[in-house]
Amino acid sequence: MIKAIPKPMEEIIDNVKDFNKLLIAGCDGCVTVCEAGGLKEAKVLASALRLYFTQGGRQAQVDETSLTRQCEKEYLAQLSDRIDQYDAVVSLACGCGIQYLAEMYDKKIVFPGVDTCFLGVNEERGLYSERCQACGRCILAETGGICPIARCSKRMLNGPCGGSEGGKCEVSKETPCGWELIYERLKTLGQLHRFETPTVPKDWTTSRDGGPRKIVREDLRI
Amino acid sequence: MRLQYPTNVRIIEVPCTGKVDIIHLLLAFEQGADGVIVVGCMEGDCHYMAGNLYAKNRVQRVKEILDRVGLGGERVGMYNLSSGMGGKFAEVVREMTDKIMELGPSPIRIAKGTAVRAAGEVAA
Ligand code: SF4
Ligand code: SF4
Ligand code: FES
Repeated sequence: MIKAIPKPMEEIIDNVKDFNKLLIAGCDGCVTVCEAGGLKEAKVLASALRLYFTQGGRQAQVDETSLTRQCEKEYLAQLSDRIDQYDAVVSLACGCGIQYLAEMYDKKIVFPGVDTCFLGVNEERGLYSERCQACGRCILAETGGICPIARCSKRMLNGPCGGSEGGKCEVSKETPCGWELIYERLKTLGQLHRFETPTVPKDWTTSRDGGPRKIVREDLRI
Repeated sequence: MRLQYPTNVRIIEVPCTGKVDIIHLLLAFEQGADGVIVVGCMEGDCHYMAGNLYAKNRVQRVKEILDRVGLGGERVGMYNLSSGMGGKFAEVVREMTDKIMELGPSPIRIAKGTAVRAAGEVAA
């Protein structure tokens, strides 16, 4: 899922300090799972902002809500009858949700309340790590189920590089070498022969190199 | 055991400090509390395993928030006591009340006009 972290309070305050009626909009999707932007976090941010305004002698209205998913129009539409009463919205959804909200309510000022980080997994509560870079043409079948694009610091398709030492990446001793992981996994699977043929150059047009991407599924459309 | 502790303190009982969330502490301040302490079991002795460790993190987070929004993080605190430490409880409450007296009323109450910033005029 998409992983995000709450933005520093100072940054949010700096963005909203001149407004009087604010809506904090959480998202019940990915950002709820990583505890960065669900209803719970929306309530905390709204309360913190109310404290900020009140202690400064300001009478500001700060309300909170959370939508099932901000990346879908149907759910964003649930704000249509109340969004007009607010001067600005702080969205706690991922970058997709924030933009879609701003797109749908194009006259409303919308601020991001989280920093969207990556596509990753929950290793433990509060510990999330990257697994996929959405390259648009998955090669996990060739790499023992471990993604070299997301997990090799240099995104090498034929690794490891000379900086791999003791299973760690030279970029950071905290980071396991993606290619060491691939090697070990292929060994376990008895597929080390995959190392004998170099990976052919990858078509990166399906990744960001081809510009903003779009999926058109004719089979789903009417 | 009859122990005296300041009368301007409201005690809210919860089954475990793990039940106390960030929002509960913030709402107390919104409603005009001058200070809040969370008193849980000794670390390692929580009946629900780690409730007091979660509470410790949340209190820390509330401290940061209060610092950022201008109330001051020193208005919230966490203490770990066992049920046999009634004397220590009274002492902790006195310590916190003294600290709050020193800090004066919360800026929220001053802004709302339910308190004035002057020594000795702290409304209970
Ligand atoms: S808006 Fe973002 S965080 Fe919310 S469900 Fe959609 S992808 Fe996940
Ligand atoms: S190969 Fe591409 S799609 Fe597959 S996991 Fe890696 S980045 Fe994601
Ligand atoms: S039972 Fe959890 S803190 Fe006491």
